[in-house]
Amino acid sequence: MHSNPIFLDNNGTTLLDPRVLEVMLPYLSNQYGNATSRHSFGRAARQALDQAREQVAEACGAHPSQVIFTASGTESDNFAIAGMAGDEQKQIAVSAIEHPAITRPAFAMRAYGHRVGVIAADQFGVVDSNSLEVALEKPTSLISVMLANNETGVIQNIAQLAEIAKSKGALIHTDAVQALGKIPVNFDALGVNAMTVSSHKINGPQGAGALILDKRVDIKPLLHGGGQERGLRSGTENVAAIVGFGAACALIKNEMEQRANITKLLRDTLEKNLKSLGGSIFGDKATRLPNTSFFAFNQIEGETLVMALDRKGFAVASGSACSSDSTEPSHVLMAMGVAPDLARGAVRVSFGANNTSEQLNAFLAVINDEVNRLRQLTAVTI
Amino acid sequence: MTVHTPIYLDYSATTPVDPRVAEKMIPYITEHFGNPASRSHPFGWTAEQAVEEARDEVAKLVNADPREIVWTSGATESNNLAIKGAANFYSGTKGKHIITVQTEHKAVIDAVRELERQGFTATYLAPEPNGLIDLEKFKAAIQPDTVLASVMFVNNEIGVIQDITAIGNICRENNIIFHVDAAQATGKVDIDLEKLPVDLMSFSAHKTYGPKGIGALYVRRKPRIRIEAQMHGGGHERGMRSGTLATHQIVGMGEAFRIARLEMKAENLQVRRLRDRLLAGLEEIDEVYVNGDMDHRVPHNLNISFNFVEGESLIMAVKDIAVSSGSACTSASLEPSYVLRALGRSDELAHSSIRFSIGRFTTEEDVDYTIALMKSKIGKLRELSPLWEMHLDGIDLSKVEWAAH
Amino acid sequence: MAYSDKVLDHYENPRNVGTLDKNDPQVGTGMVGAPACGDVMKLQIKVNESGIIEDAKFKTYGCGSAIASSSLVTEWLKGKTLDQAAEIKNSAIAEELALPPVKIHCSVLAEDAIKAAVADLKSKQPA
Repeated sequence: MHSNPIFLDNNGTTLLDPRVLEVMLPYLSNQYGNATSRHSFGRAARQALDQAREQVAEACGAHPSQVIFTASGTESDNFAIAGMAGDEQKQIAVSAIEHPAITRPAFAMRAYGHRVGVIAADQFGVVDSNSLEVALEKPTSLISVMLANNETGVIQNIAQLAEIAKSKGALIHTDAVQALGKIPVNFDALGVNAMTVSSHKINGPQGAGALILDKRVDIKPLLHGGGQERGLRSGTENVAAIVGFGAACALIKNEMEQRANITKLLRDTLEKNLKSLGGSIFGDKATRLPNTSFFAFNQIEGETLVMALDRKGFAVASGSACSSDSTEPSHVLMAMGVAPDLARGAVRVSFGANNTSEQLNAFLAVINDEVNRLRQLTAVTI
Repeated sequence: MTVHTPIYLDYSATTPVDPRVAEKMIPYITEHFGNPASRSHPFGWTAEQAVEEARDEVAKLVNADPREIVWTSGATESNNLAIKGAANFYSGTKGKHIITVQTEHKAVIDAVRELERQGFTATYLAPEPNGLIDLEKFKAAIQPDTVLASVMFVNNEIGVIQDITAIGNICRENNIIFHVDAAQATGKVDIDLEKLPVDLMSFSAHKTYGPKGIGALYVRRKPRIRIEAQMHGGGHERGMRSGTLATHQIVGMGEAFRIARLEMKAENLQVRRLRDRLLAGLEEIDEVYVNGDMDHRVPHNLNISFNFVEGESLIMAVKDIAVSSGSACTSASLEPSYVLRALGRSDELAHSSIRFSIGRFTTEEDVDYTIALMKSKIGKLRELSPLWEMHLDGIDLSKVEWAAH
Repeated sequence: MAYSDKVLDHYENPRNVGTLDKNDPQVGTGMVGAPACGDVMKLQIKVNESGIIEDAKFKTYGCGSAIASSSLVTEWLKGKTLDQAAEIKNSAIAEELALPPVKIHCSVLAEDAIKAAVADLKSKQPA
């Protein structure tokens, strides 16, 4: 194992920005008040939360009163699905390419009499409006389609889908965890009722997320108790993490464009090389996040390639991190109609702005070698 | 040593992160980043190893098996997961009645209320005036369809310690799942889950010198207790609780619980000495009432009502010390503490109560300053109080007919 | 805890705290509120031969705004006739102290205390 592996899994998690850490540190030492306390320690914590709320709101194109802090993107997704499904036993429609944090809670709602509908994606990884209209033929209370896919990076036309959802009287949620910080995200312009964002995907700390919520929506809390977050999310606020989330959001404003330029250059150079090696790139015919490349080589197992790259000191992902325990091919690629054999070869490289062209060059040299080596191994076994 | 105001005496609301805990956490925010569920690269492995070491430490403090510890975002989530998770899982076989206590934390009360909305029934037991549960009354509350009981180990407002062994034994005899909110207990009372007849127990890091945003739920393996997950997704925590784990926070909780295990005995002696000093000083003031039993109580807590002083003006008067008062400020009115009300305290005494909670970094100077401040401020407010004047004149205020207002 | 500077000033340095002899025919006493409501205000005024309020004292069990409201009116009352005193409106008290909406009841209580003290005094004096 190399002492300094190069991290190319920035859709999995990101390095905490040192400037964010600096803002957080006081809240891990002398600024320790509980934000519900009325004394000065508590009020200082409350003010810090208020500021973070404004920063998150601004990054999301929302009003601060629309920000409900949670502990993670997963919690926000669960909150949206369980909280907005409604008491009537209608359909919850989720796209075929959603993260398990959406699909699993949706399926869990079947215990309460809800039906789960799946909105199809096309071969490019796009959830198109026709598929949504088909899904909406059944009475539907809630729709969830992610803004940008974690594996392919494909960006959906959420504003258009939201129009359709509204015309049918359904609520719409979008998981914007991968989109935030990489492309402009505007809650108002998207026209959705709720949107999930997460701190640790934007160089903020783990342990903080938010649900951006249209206040007119009648949502049921997931966590009951002390009544924090307007009674919608009880539990002592994780001040340090939330402050870090706010600081990370504040950095987006000035740095997103630059980050997108850096990562897009790295990604495009990588993909040119992959293509020349005979690799297939998934979703590249659609509009994608600038930093993400999801690819496969025929007859090379994704897991094998990932392990080989890992031994050479490069951290990349096969499928999504959260489902990497399983050997099933990516459900996203299955939804896109990719042949299972090719899909089992899928590897995801996701760049961050701290990655360099030197790192990329080193990576290209290694992946060229490894692909050729593994191909020879495969050829021998045949 | 000089006293720095405001003096923090609100350790039951939250504790500072111990500097040793912060030191252990920082590398996991900066260097060892990685999603512990990412199995494919060493960033993930380092994180996973740290998470498992922390799980061991949490388990050790309460003498449990690490496999019985499930991470959560805090005690509120632990309580919600335990209560809703167990009630939903066992309602089909055991029934839909729940027993809890009026003085529980809101996270327990409101989780039970949510279950009531879903068709469960609940008994909210009234404690005795000293805050403790009468075991006979607990037994009497049991119904044939009682599925779950939830009783907190240590009360957050008055610090009283319930007889968890006795209550747990009653639950065992009656085949009732027993959940205990121990958020205020860790590092303060000995917890031995090998001996305690408890099925589910909630923990929080930030009440025991760890970071906010992390907690745990103990889920007994022998006999095995099942819960229905409340948060679904990547299937973390053996499917009981999904969501990316904040590695640095978990590491912080592990270190905080390790320190608690090693130091709690000595620390409790020191805290008790300070608390007793505070009590002795405050008892020199006339007309003060201690809320809650003094024998079955953690040494960290002192909850006192100052008669003939109004609650909100009391809070204004003591702004040099950071304490909690017996009234929760809602938007429109001052609500007296529901815990003190459940003990049968009058609204006036509930309003004029202050919870002093002492901890690791409290000094004797802090306590002495607090005593002097309270003596002076209570004196001043009573000078202003017509009720105090009437009391000194020997008028029984309960017999006065107050003009309706 | 958004108390105005004026509330804080009256709370820190309450004016005219004390008690007058309630059996004095020149003294009117008003006690309003109830402990269970969180406010009890005792206001006393003393008039001279020409019917002018020459002294006012209070004691209040209540929040900072209640203490400030009663402290403020004791200042306002001095030098006024009983009729002028009865004209003091809670809105003026609330405005002077910049009370937030949730504390308006404190100014209402102060107005009630004035009325009760004036009524008590009038009941003691031959018409």
